Amino acid sequence: MVKQNNNIGIVETRYYTFAYPPSELELESGEKFGPITLAYETYGKLNSEKSNAILILHALTGDAHAAGLHPDDKDPGWWDNMIGPGKAFDTHQYFVICSNVLGGCKGSTGPSSINPLSGKPYGLQFPVITIKDMVNAQRHLIDDLGIDKLLAVAGGSMGGMQALQWVASYPDKVRSVIPVATTANHSSQQIAFNEVGRQAIMADPNWNEGDYYGRELPAKGLSVARMVGHITYMSDVSMGEKFGRKFKNTKQLLKFSPEFEVEGYLQYRGDNFIKRFDPNSYLYITKAIDYFDLANGKGLREVFRGIESPFLVIAFKSDWLYPAYQSQEIAKACKLAGIEAIYCELNSNYGHDAFLIEVEEQSHLIKYFLRKVTKGYRVADASNS
Amino acid sequence: MLPTANGIKPDHRIIAEIVTTSSSVLDLGCGDGELLALLVREKNVRAQGIEVDDKAIFACVKRGLSVFHGDIDSGLSDYEDTSFDFVILNQSLQQVKQPSAVVQEALRVGRKVIIGIPNFAHINARIQIFFRGRTPVTGALPYEWHDTPNLHFLSILDFMEYCGKRRIIIEEVHFIGTKRRVRRFPNLFAQTGLFVVSGKKGDAQEQNSQEKQDGS
Repeated sequence: MVKQNNNIGIVETRYYTFAYPPSELELESGEKFGPITLAYETYGKLNSEKSNAILILHALTGDAHAAGLHPDDKDPGWWDNMIGPGKAFDTHQYFVICSNVLGGCKGSTGPSSINPLSGKPYGLQFPVITIKDMVNAQRHLIDDLGIDKLLAVAGGSMGGMQALQWVASYPDKVRSVIPVATTANHSSQQIAFNEVGRQAIMADPNWNEGDYYGRELPAKGLSVARMVGHITYMSDVSMGEKFGRKFKNTKQLLKFSPEFEVEGYLQYRGDNFIKRFDPNSYLYITKAIDYFDLANGKGLREVFRGIESPFLVIAFKSDWLYPAYQSQEIAKACKLAGIEAIYCELNSNYGHDAFLIEVEEQSHLIKYFLRKVTKGYRVADASNS
Repeated sequence: MLPTANGIKPDHRIIAEIVTTSSSVLDLGCGDGELLALLVREKNVRAQGIEVDDKAIFACVKRGLSVFHGDIDSGLSDYEDTSFDFVILNQSLQQVKQPSAVVQEALRVGRKVIIGIPNFAHINARIQIFFRGRTPVTGALPYEWHDTPNLHFLSILDFMEYCGKRRIIIEEVHFIGTKRRVRRFPNLFAQTGLFVVSGKKGDAQEQNSQEKQDGS
């Protein structure tokens, strides 16, 4: 592996296939589904006790490529600033795993994968999936890697939901939990934004009931969905700082061509999204997020009762998509369930995107939290910070 | 400031003697976690802090402490009755918006509550007001009028009278002066008053909590 500065260097995506018939994975819907392939990457070395493994969980449009570089790529993985030698998830100390979720389109089985029964992409034949199903699939990968207990499960946004689901489903397999900018249940407003995205995709005539593979793609629908998403990931302040009312050129009073910088940015981001994301995956994954309700009618404290893994809950002040009150609810449930927990609301203007951008403070919290989890509950003698 | 021994502040030293080994402790306004870290180190307590300042939280996390980002006024309602053996309000009660509500909540959440207050009636403060006509700045009240985080000013006698009226039991008192412990005329010579208080015995609150505990 090539080492450059404090970066991981060149990394490779690997694949694990399981749930072959007749041992398919039973989904939350009751449907049995398989075979399933999960794309995953690992960074750092698994120690001989297999006690230093951390599972990183990605957000809606993330993938297994969390850190390092792929051979021909210019840009590193999506959380490269957090994963690497000396970083928050220090690959000198920890063995870091990240896998593309079930239903995804970056190497794991999803609606764009070939259905072995028909020889064609699943499209809408793909079963409805939930966050719990994603976690159950990851469980198979973790078992296959020979890891009995993860040192930590960590992720932002939908990744945080998976982290919460992990500890709720497998409390004895998780030593600590780091949910960032996330919620224990998707709110009405959050479902509403996802629904706008889904409607945009389904309104695109090219969507064709999900059967568009090998033809013209519903690129415009996906683009609009992505534009809505981007707005919710930013904040009024960060958009103001980035674009203000600036024009791309000069004010020309043209009829509805993108004159404002913010229009150009959203269109550019939206139009490029089709190159890396499958519209059907967007439908399935956003729906899985919307279904997410960890307590499922019970109190969250009941779900958390008996959990011994400490939590590090992080929220961002300007995040209006996953507002801090939702993280506070997680922290509150920890209080009631007697779980040792840290809750911190970080200052940031970047809105929901902050979990990908605000590296320094997140790194500080995660680094010392993991150190404490690793060493047990010993407390440092003195602090000179 | 108050004198320190081996780098440990005298009020922290006294609190570390009050707190029992392996108990659970909630420190309200735990600052950078200096006191909680001492209690973990010396008394092996299960520690939880609540703190409003982010920088202080980072320091706590660096010390390996569990801390919630929030203010004391609203941070207690989430806890069940008698969740902790000790709730500590050391030099923080005078900074909350509603001290009386916080004390009541602390008594509900903790079996015992340790409260440390800066004494506004210390002789230095009295001199500054009476002779110089100035708002007092003392070791225990080191701030000027424009930069103080303190919202309420009280004396040792004020607090004791408050406890009497509310039928709060004062189990222990410790008075700390500029150099040493104060035994006589604490309201005049002590800069800091440390109180261990608990709710009235046979209190309906306590009975409720007992029932809840049994039910769970």
